[in-house]
Amino acid sequence: MGVMTERATFRLKTGLAEMLKGGVIMDVVTAEEAKIAEEAGACAVMALERVPADIRRDGGVARMSDPAMIKEIQEAVSIPVMAKARIGHFAEAQVLQALEVDYIDESEVLTPADERNHIDKLAFEVPFVCGATNLGEALRRLGEGAAMIRSKGEAGTGNVVEAVRHMREITTGIKNLAQLRPEELAAAAKELPAPLEVVQEVAAAGRLPVPLFCAGGIATPADAALMMQLGAEGNFVGSGIFKSADPARRAKAIVEATTHFNDPERVAAASIGLGEAMSGLEIGPLEAEDALLQNRGA
Amino acid sequence: MQGDFEAHARILRQLGAEVIEVRTPEDLADLDGLVIPGGESTTIGKGIESAGLEPAIRALHAAGTPILGTCAGMIICDAEHLGLIDASARRNAFGRQLQSFEADLEVEGIGDEPLRAVFIRAPWIERSGPGVEVLASYEGHPVAIREGCVLASAFHPELTDDSRFHAIFMAMATSVSARDGAKEEAR
Repeated sequence: MGVMTERATFRLKTGLAEMLKGGVIMDVVTAEEAKIAEEAGACAVMALERVPADIRRDGGVARMSDPAMIKEIQEAVSIPVMAKARIGHFAEAQVLQALEVDYIDESEVLTPADERNHIDKLAFEVPFVCGATNLGEALRRLGEGAAMIRSKGEAGTGNVVEAVRHMREITTGIKNLAQLRPEELAAAAKELPAPLEVVQEVAAAGRLPVPLFCAGGIATPADAALMMQLGAEGNFVGSGIFKSADPARRAKAIVEATTHFNDPERVAAASIGLGEAMSGLEIGPLEAEDALLQNRGA
Repeated sequence: MQGDFEAHARILRQLGAEVIEVRTPEDLADLDGLVIPGGESTTIGKGIESAGLEPAIRALHAAGTPILGTCAGMIICDAEHLGLIDASARRNAFGRQLQSFEADLEVEGIGDEPLRAVFIRAPWIERSGPGVEVLASYEGHPVAIREGCVLASAFHPELTDDSRFHAIFMAMATSVSARDGAKEEAR
């Protein structure tokens, strides 16, 4: 048999993200939390040392998680395990690849290691997901080799307003690109700014070449349904679950609302009796203190 | 429900099928075929349970409606899950994402030209009963099988532009639909 085997193709990298569509990826900090997430129906978990709400509260430098903890989580669950690397910190990404995590999130939630450059994601075999606040940012990350895009939102706030803004920015940006004539794309690429090749690809397809998820501020089942209706193909939920009163039930309810996002009766039923959601933060004061994570690594 | 249903829909539409997404038992009425896509089998399994889809899927199967399961979908069909096939899949048998791979694969029923098979954290068939027909194997492990009205693969034919594997499923669905149509007319 003429078997020509290849690994780490772009199709394999985006392919795993395709498999996560319609699902919820949950932040977990221990193996127990990972099991709760899996049991609730999470399609993947994000292993990290502290959820964004705690990073925000504690301050200090937020880094890649302890490899021992990542390994424990990998052993505890059978669903994909993702982990975060600092923006531009390719050595952390190398470590995560050596640990065989299934996806790396080059994340603004951690303290950036490079204020100018992102990781050269094409150089890795493990696929990367990156955050974006608008289409230009999303397309720059794709140019660097990201295989999945998520909104940045404003992590750790339990406030969905920024995720809504980013998702609308990205989807409206795509619609606008798709309406342009071919000779207008070079100017559009310059304005975004983003690599012309990627701009041409998105304009022709009328969509990103990779799955687009929402992240940053989802705290309730209705938040999850809102983001799906706004065009997210799945949701990342961080502090929203394990900073709430009843994480197991809330996790299950957010999974339910992500699947049945167009069925308000099911979302309503899922929302009953969850106890308190995480307490949220207003964006204004954070902005005044220059404490917005979304401004990192544009 | 969850997984790469859109990729399946794209290929099936190319082949002339009308496609709907299934999230409730009502969505399962009047189908000529059902696809259980790639995704996370634990998530899809829990989704099937919480949406109460299991009885309706069993009824479809009992009526001989063709069912295609790819990757997680194959796991969902196996003896340890819905029990639609007399076979057991081993989850993540080929390993984690770093071990995901593409390979040329000869598959029975699609002609001589091999198919580009995309394996992502893929399972393989660990055990299969005498009624199970193995359509393709990779390194000695069955990765595409058929039993009765169920067609299943460990790889993702929906992630390529090659529609030959889906064509097998479409042929199964068309012949069942023609048979039911004939019955309908006979009445």
